[in-house]
Parts: sequence; C-alpha cells; structure tokens
Amino acid sequence: MSTVLLLLITGVGLGALYFLVASGLSLIYGLMGVLNFAHGSFLTLAGFLGWEVGRRVGDGSWGGLLVGMLVGLVVGALVAAITELVFIRPLYNRHIEQVLVTVGLGLASVALFEGIWGTDPIQIRLPEWLGGTTDVLGANIPNDRWLLIGTAAVVLVLIVLFLQRTSYGLVIRAGVENRTMVTALGIDVRRAFTIVFAIGGAAAGLGGVLASVYYGQVGAHQGTSLLIYAFIVTVIGGLGSLTGAAIASVLVAVIQQFANFYLGGTGDIAIVLALAAVLLVRPTGLMGKVTH
Amino acid sequence: MRTFLQSTWGRLAVGAAVVIAAAILPLLAIDIPGVLPGPTYTPGTLTVLAYAMLIAALALSYHLIFGVAGMLSFGHAMFFAAGAYGLGIILRLLAPTGMPSEAVFLLAIVLTLVIALVLGNLVGALALRVSGISFAMVTLAVAQAMNVMIRRNVGGLTGGEEGVTLEVDVVPDFLVGVVNTRNLYWMALAILVLVYLACVWVERSRLGHVVAAARENELRVTVLGLRPYLVRLFVFAAAAVLAAVAGMGFMMLQSSATPRISTSDFTLTLLVIVVLGGVGYRWGAIVGGIIYTLLDQRLAALASAEWIQRLPDVLRIPLSEPLFILGMLFVLVVMFAPGGIVGLTHRVTRPRGGAKDAEQPAALQDVEA
Repeated sequence: MSTVLLLLITGVGLGALYFLVASGLSLIYGLMGVLNFAHGSFLTLAGFLGWEVGRRVGDGSWGGLLVGMLVGLVVGALVAAITELVFIRPLYNRHIEQVLVTVGLGLASVALFEGIWGTDPIQIRLPEWLGGTTDVLGANIPNDRWLLIGTAAVVLVLIVLFLQRTSYGLVIRAGVENRTMVTALGIDVRRAFTIVFAIGGAAAGLGGVLASVYYGQVGAHQGTSLLIYAFIVTVIGGLGSLTGAAIASVLVAVIQQFANFYLGGTGDIAIVLALAAVLLVRPTGLMGKVTH
Repeated sequence: MRTFLQSTWGRLAVGAAVVIAAAILPLLAIDIPGVLPGPTYTPGTLTVLAYAMLIAALALSYHLIFGVAGMLSFGHAMFFAAGAYGLGIILRLLAPTGMPSEAVFLLAIVLTLVIALVLGNLVGALALRVSGISFAMVTLAVAQAMNVMIRRNVGGLTGGEEGVTLEVDVVPDFLVGVVNTRNLYWMALAILVLVYLACVWVERSRLGHVVAAARENELRVTVLGLRPYLVRLFVFAAAAVLAAVAGMGFMMLQSSATPRISTSDFTLTLLVIVVLGGVGYRWGAIVGGIIYTLLDQRLAALASAEWIQRLPDVLRIPLSEPLFILGMLFVLVVMFAPGGIVGLTHRVTRPRGGAKDAEQPAALQDVEA
C-alpha cells in the first residue's frame, strides 16, 4: 500500500513538471497552430540562469532557490516573447515553417548551452528540507515533490484565472476556439500571440528551475528530454486544451512511474503504448476539439 | 543548350556524367584544401565522402515522406537505425550457424529489409491515423521509445550505449578493412544511385501522383474516390525501407552502430538537410546531405583551429559549436530562402521562369488548411 502511495505521489510530482512544460505548448498550439520545438530551450536556459543567480544569492538556501525560480520565470517569459517577435511573427500563418524555425532554434541553442556550460550536467545544492522525506501513511515521500505539486497547482490556478477573468484571457480563449472569427471582429490577435508565448515561456522557465530541483542537476539536454514527454502529454490531452494537458500530465507520469517500478523499467514504452491507445480510440486526444 | 539539358536525354546524360565522375574519384588525386581532409584517393577522404553519400541517400528517403507526401515525420532515424542495427544483430546471430558466409550475408540483408518493411508499415499505420502536427508527434514518440529500448539494451541485442559492431567474418572480404575503403565508397555511391532511382520511380508512378495530390488537397482526392491513407502508408513504408538500405550501408562503412543514429536529434538533422537543400527537390536532398556532412566535418575542424581558440569567449563559444552555426544557418534559410540551395540556384539560373520558380515549395504550405 505504501509503495502504491509513494509511486502515486511521486508520479503526480513528475506530472506537475510535465504540466509546467505542456501547458505552454498546448496553449501556443491551440491559439497559433505552432508546435514549439524551442520550448525545451526556454526551460534549459531558465534552469541555468536561475541556478547561476540563485547560487550567488545563497547557494543551497531557500532564498537562493526562490530568487532562482523568479529569475527562471522572468527569463522564460522574456526569451519566449522575443522568440515570438523575432522568429515566429515574420512567418505568420506558415505553420510548417514556424515549426522548422523552432526546430533550428532548439538545435542551435542546445549546442550553445553545451559550449557555455559544458556537456555534462552540473550538480546543484538545494535547501536541506528538499533532500529529506515526509511520512504519509507509511510512505516516505521526497519533499521536493510537494514543491513541484504546489507550484504547478498555483500556475494552473493563475493561468485559469487569467484566461477566465481578464479581457486578454477572453481574446485568447476565443482565439483558440475560432481565430478567423476573432480577427474578423476587429481584434488584434497578434498581441495575444506574444502574451501566450510569454505565459508559456514563464511556465516553462519555472519548470526549468524545478526540473533542476527534481533531478538535482542542471544540464544542456534537460529541456529537450522533458520536451518529448511534454509533446506526448499534449497529444494525449488534446492539442490546445489546458485541462487536457493537466489531466494527461498526471496520467502519463503516474503510468510511467508504475510501469517503471512494476514492469521493470518500461515506463517510456508504456507511455508510447498509452499514446497509441488514445490515438486509436480518440485521434484528437482526451479533451481535444473534435473538428476545426 | 538549355533545351537539351532540360530534355529527358539531356538529364540522363548529366546524371550519368555525375555518377561516372563520382565513381572515378577514388582513382584521382584531387585535393581541395578546406573542403576535404586530404586528396581524394586517401581512405580518410573516401570515408567522409562515402558517409556524405549515405546521408544524402537517407535524406532522399526523407524527401519522399516530407517533400513528396508532405508528411512531417520526426521518427525517420529509427528506420536508418533499424537498417544498421538489424544488419549487425542478424549477422552476429547467424554467424555461429555454420552456413557459408555469402549465404549469411545475403540472408541478413534480406531479413533486415523485411524487418524495415514491417516496422515501417506498423509505425505508418498507427501514425497516419492522425495528420499534421499530431502525426509528427506520434512518430517522434515512437522513435523515442525505440531509442530508449536501444540504449537500455532490451533483450541483450543492441549492446546499450556501446552499440553493435560488425561481424567481419561473414562479410565479403572486399568490403572489409581500410585497404578496401575504395570498395565501400563505390558501395555508398551505388546505394545513393539506387535510392535516387527508387525515389524517381515512386514519384513518377501513379501512386506518387496520388500522394502528391493528397498533399495539396486531401479532400479533393478523397472525393475522387481515392484513399490517401493507403498511398501515404505505401510511401511511408517505402521510405522506411530505403532508409534501412542507407542504414545497412552505414553499418558496412563504419563497422559499428551506436544509439546516436536513433535519436530524435538525428532525424532533426535530416530535416535540416532537406530544408537546406530545398524542400521538394530530389537534388536538394542530395546536395543538402553532402554539403551538410562536409560542413559538419569542417566546422568541427575549425572549432579546434588556433585562431578560434584565441578569440574572446563571446565569439569563441558560438564558433566552436558546429551545430549552433548549422542551426542558425537553417533558421536563416527557412526565413529568407524557402527554396533552399536548389531554390537559390534556380532563382539565379532561370530568371525567366522566375514567377514559377520563386514560388515556395508546396510541401511548406500549411498542411492543416
């Protein structure tokens, strides 16, 4: 029982990480039809800069970590907004080319990170509490999972509030639903594009810092490897659906944890099988729109 | 002159001339400093050129999927890896059976092709249930799972991170060793020509026309009573088999295969090659493959050059990462020269057909519309 509980909660913790990456991907795709391959680079860059600033403020202290998270958030948002303005906007409505540009940016930036910070991951120091465990009904849950789950929950609530309660949120929701109609009503959707990119980048940046907490290290390939899981999550959840992304991230991570533990390290294969099953039954994903 | 070159016979003559020129290259001593590592008859240069041609063949097979059928696949490297690993593993399994080595070699090639065909059909059948970006992600996910299986050494066959080495006892003697690099070079050239001819055949066939039509307007093709799913599946599987052929050549040339050739980054490299060369042009894939490989080699050599090492960090770090330069080059090509290298040369050499040639390749237009 305690093993199941442990796997469940660590799974939700990992799912929180997936959600931070997948939420931005899904929103960006839903509104703009762009699959952002550079998303992993936002994550990695935020992870590195958050760590660089955080360790100067206080290595292995709470203050350092919180400052690092803040830096990651800002860096992610800024880099994403700049990417949108410089690289995505000139290729307006040419979706495949937009994907290709982000692919190129992803490849180039990872190479650049390797050049700056080296090819090997760097071990980082964390506040002591995060290295410990908490006893929940006999299961020893690593404390960093609570930080992940808490942050992801806050991000989810904030994004939902933004989408539901602000006028820009309204434009974005309407744009995901039917962009042509929103444009026809005389609303400039392009500003919403930049905002969505910035929000997605901010979530990814936060995810980048938290990924370094989860793995205990920062590395040039961290973002790219998480990105593939985030892609799977977005397809299973349904492209463009925030709720779908949230449900699917937890689902995918939990399946992965259980398969890894009970079926001898087959987590990745189990996810691909789950993806295949979802596509065979519902090609648009769990919460995806049925038609365009 | 131009009309002769554009006629069927003219094209055949040009093609034959290029192939013959490439074939006699190992007998000559052409030295292009800065482009090739040494004179063309040296094993080092021949290996680089043979590798470039195999990558070009792989890029051609990717061109079938991306350029002709308009399907953005992120998993094509898995078929290349299936070819390389398949050949290596089957040779190792069959070597102790005591069959004559020629029989083992041929059987291994046939079995690898069958595996690639089955794999291509399975993955294609699943991935083609969705289209556009979802298709890309499904292929990516499957390829990633394959990559993980290869790296984890599932079943003890793939050798984990170390990879698989070629069982040289059962390989014909004339394809083994540095002395025979020349033969391996000719083998690579033969594979490239074979894949090229196969691509021409598929593109010119009625099926090729249907698949190109489905890329342009799927609804209209369906209304005409044709089934895009089946023709796409055929093209996908054909490209998978051709990629496996290139993969087998890679195994023969390098004598080993590592998990690197099954990563999604390797597929992304293919995408970069096809787009650099020019989407939709067969020649683009070949030119892109050869230029990319040579650039990659030269940029790596450049990175260790002394004058680069003496530059300040801001300049030194980006310049010593070949992939950074290639990635940014790719971004520039996508943004400012959608026709790639071939498109640019067309713009220069055929100014009168400008309106037609300056058009962006159809495969790059929005697939979701």
